[in-house]
Amino acid sequence: MTTDMQVYLRRRTTSYLMVGLCGLATLVAVSILLLVVGYTLVKGIAFLNLDFVTQTAQPLGEPGGGIRHEIIGTLVLVALASVLGIPVGLLAGAYLSEFGGGRTGLVVRLVADVLTGVPSVVVGIFVYVLVVQPMGTFSALSGGVALAIIMLPVVARTTEEMMRLVPATYREAALALGIPRWRMIVSVVMPGAMVGIVTGSMLGIARIAGETAPLIFTALGNRFGFAGLGQPIAAMPLQIWRYAVSAYDTWHQQAWAASFLLVMLVLVISITVRWLTSRRYH
Amino acid sequence: MVMQEERTMEPQTTPGPATRGIVVQKLNAWYGPLQALRDVSLTILPNRVTSVIGPSGCGKSTFIRCLNRMHEVVPGARVQGKVLLDGEDIYAPGVDPVRVRRRVGMVFQRPNPFPTMSVFDNVAAGLRLNGLRRPGQMSDAVERALQQAALWDEVKDKLKQSGSALSGGQQQRLCIARALAVQPEVLLMDEPCSALDPVATSRIEDLVRALKERYTIVIVTHNMQQAARVSDMTAFLLMGDDRAGELIEYGQTRQMFTNPRDERTEAYITGRFG
Ligand SMILES: Nc1ncnc2c1ncn2[C@@H]1O[C@H](COP(=O)(O)OP(=O)(O)OP(=O)(O)O)[C@@H](O)[C@H]1O
Ligand SMILES: [Mg+2]
Repeated sequence: MTTDMQVYLRRRTTSYLMVGLCGLATLVAVSILLLVVGYTLVKGIAFLNLDFVTQTAQPLGEPGGGIRHEIIGTLVLVALASVLGIPVGLLAGAYLSEFGGGRTGLVVRLVADVLTGVPSVVVGIFVYVLVVQPMGTFSALSGGVALAIIMLPVVARTTEEMMRLVPATYREAALALGIPRWRMIVSVVMPGAMVGIVTGSMLGIARIAGETAPLIFTALGNRFGFAGLGQPIAAMPLQIWRYAVSAYDTWHQQAWAASFLLVMLVLVISITVRWLTSRRYH
Repeated sequence: MVMQEERTMEPQTTPGPATRGIVVQKLNAWYGPLQALRDVSLTILPNRVTSVIGPSGCGKSTFIRCLNRMHEVVPGARVQGKVLLDGEDIYAPGVDPVRVRRRVGMVFQRPNPFPTMSVFDNVAAGLRLNGLRRPGQMSDAVERALQQAALWDEVKDKLKQSGSALSGGQQQRLCIARALAVQPEVLLMDEPCSALDPVATSRIEDLVRALKERYTIVIVTHNMQQAARVSDMTAFLLMGDDRAGELIEYGQTRQMFTNPRDERTEAYITGRFG
């Protein structure tokens, strides 16, 4: 009897301890996030108003000024990168998960993992040589290509992992109905992995939204607003960087404010997409 | 692919007038190096219920998965021998496994409705790829299949809900409806009641008896009473010395349960080993 009690008490203590540790770790992770967001908020508060979003940059010394061009630019670049990167990443992930058992799969997986580790500035230089030089100009297009290359392996690998998690029983159920393999992948495996695939794409977008280095060699920046995909384009991270390395206090404040907005932008995109994709049967 | 190359390429023997039912000739099956079935030969009669019994691991699932070419879905799995479906070898070169599976439906041990689809879409899933697009036709076909599976009354108001929101027994009948919707000729059932309570089990058994009017049914079961209750014919499999499953006895259920020819069958049926 007593030993039973002891065992029970020990198990209960262990359980409380582990739950407590998990809670603590979560607290640390969340507070760091809140600290970062809070700090940028406090530092940039002077510029966080509607004008900052709707106005364009003012010369030094003039009051006000905003980052409208940069916000539009970042939206265009992220959209472009997503349009180029997500479908390719998705299909590559599907290939790896469904047909990647052999040597080719191994090689593709390795390449994707190496690509994840390539410094983004190297991707920028690569796209500079591949797109910017032949086109003869910096451009939104080249910026989108660079960002797409960066997000590609993230999307591909998460898609692969998530599709692998779809249980064999559902695959077999589909095949046993006389559904061809490609159709099983499209209408059973992919929907089953949808939440994970969306997460992967969101991770990819979060990863590229704040990239600065590759844009220096590709998108370049543009003070006069969006002028087409073949022309240089502004971007929030570029502007944040330029403001931050300047010597002026108002520009520093604007850099903080823009950073805060960038974080919020990623948050809003990710919440919207999640909401759109999770409405069925949940 | 591998499988077709390794089959013994005898001249194509098409037995005269197509005999209905399934003729299995010298069927062998492997998982990689492990042989799971050896030289199984038997004839499954049309519009009859055939039960497959035997101890765990003797190859019952493997056997029925060879009847609709699902065995080869497992990586490294291989088949040798012939399975004549209405006289035509489903393992002959050039036969598309997708077409075989449309003619030979399957219900699995654990209910596995597609979790991302509604009740309706689960039943419609197999039909959609047959090019059935007209909404009216589709809902007729879905209703018919659910009626056949004795599930219509319970789900007719929940067709838009997720398939996994049903009870276990309802899910299994949903899976039966899904298999029936594509109008197969043969229905393979791998321990369809093993996850179900006695009430749901007896509903499924009633269903099996009713379905044999229109379908040829092969059912794997661990339950001797169930085999005796629902089946016309029974096949008894047992592992050989190297653990490969062999057919010990095949015959009419009544005769096999009252007067088995092989003493191992008798021992198994009376529960003296297994
Ligand atoms: N996917 C697999 N990979 C490797 N070996 C397998 C696989 N599936 C089954 N086997 C082996 O093949 C043999 C036959 O298995 P099978 O599933 O056909 O048995 P069973 O008669 O259906 O058993 P049970 O009554 O427990 O379902 C067993 O030895 C098993 O270990
Ligand atoms: Mg089994």
